[in-house]
Amino acid sequence: MTYYTPPVDRLWWTRRRSYFVFVLREFTSVGVAWSALLLVYAAKGNEIPVWLVPINLIALAACVFHAITFLSLAPKATVVRLDGWRVPDYMIVGGNYGLWLFASLVLAWVVL
Amino acid sequence: MTVLEVSRYRPGIDAEPVFQRYEVPDNDDWAVLDGLNYVKDSVDGTLSFRWSCRMGICGSCGMTVNGEPRLTCGTFLADYDGVVRVEPLHGFPVIRDLVVDIEPFLEKLSSVSPWLIRSGEDPASEFAQTPAQLEAYKQYSMCINCMLCYSACPVYVLDPDFLGPAAIALAQRYNLDSRDEGDRFDVLSTDEGVWGCTFVGECTSACPKHVDPAEAIQRYKLTAAVRSVLPWVRL
Ligand code: SF4
Ligand code: FES
Repeated sequence: MTYYTPPVDRLWWTRRRSYFVFVLREFTSVGVAWSALLLVYAAKGNEIPVWLVPINLIALAACVFHAITFLSLAPKATVVRLDGWRVPDYMIVGGNYGLWLFASLVLAWVVL
Repeated sequence: MTVLEVSRYRPGIDAEPVFQRYEVPDNDDWAVLDGLNYVKDSVDGTLSFRWSCRMGICGSCGMTVNGEPRLTCGTFLADYDGVVRVEPLHGFPVIRDLVVDIEPFLEKLSSVSPWLIRSGEDPASEFAQTPAQLEAYKQYSMCINCMLCYSACPVYVLDPDFLGPAAIALAQRYNLDSRDEGDRFDVLSTDEGVWGCTFVGECTSACPKHVDPAEAIQRYKLTAAVRSVLPWVRL
């Protein structure tokens, strides 16, 4: 029997909107890495040149997009059941945002 | 009249699939599968495709309809304008026309030991289970093995060795069962297992039974990560 095996589609990520958004989300990790390096650079007491500002703004947008999509996907990994009642997704997302805010406030308090 | 554009692949005759058009009468209550059956019964008896229950239970009628993985018995012709294109499920080798090879999928299903694993003596009576214990895995037990989630998953289509959504959801169906004592860590926590998943989420969108395999996979990632640090914990 000869089965027909379709060739691998290199442009699969352009075929559907959801695939494209997914690939965009993966690419935001470049922005996250960039911001991390920038932080290390700045923490060593270096000045950040002005011409980098537009790039940093893009990186910031990528980080925010990354954080929001990451947190809104969190309920998929953490299914919490209390006595048979499944904690609804919005509470898990809300809890994550709460933790984020709390951590940011603590950091701000330490740094500022 | 509705025009069906059907992918044909006749091994030994066609080097690769070709499209053939058939006209089928308009009927408001006809699913794509009814159109295909009309073609087979009245126009061209050589057209091959799988089906059985016609009610979304057997999982055998999955095909690609206008680019989307669908159960053809639950996808209605009246919902489409113009030509309706029917192809075999993407991502699988084609045996003939709309029939794909399901052998590798069946091997994946059995690789996760999809049964209750118990140690010790056979019990003298049945295993009792509370409604809450049933609820913990029930959603994952609704899978009908239609493979639409595999067809929707770009990871699987690029790497056919990926264990894939339904097999992992099936593993979770047993992992989360209060009666099960098995351990599927070695099969699931691998590069071809849950760690192959990049969470595109399309499996869950494609699933006609609301199994939410993407959730099953992400949950096991958390379980596997915790288990790697604290081996005795069972989530
Ligand atoms: S998880 Fe859903 S889409 Fe995947 S095989 Fe099962 S029923 Fe079909
Ligand atoms: S024919 Fe059984 S699910 Fe469609």
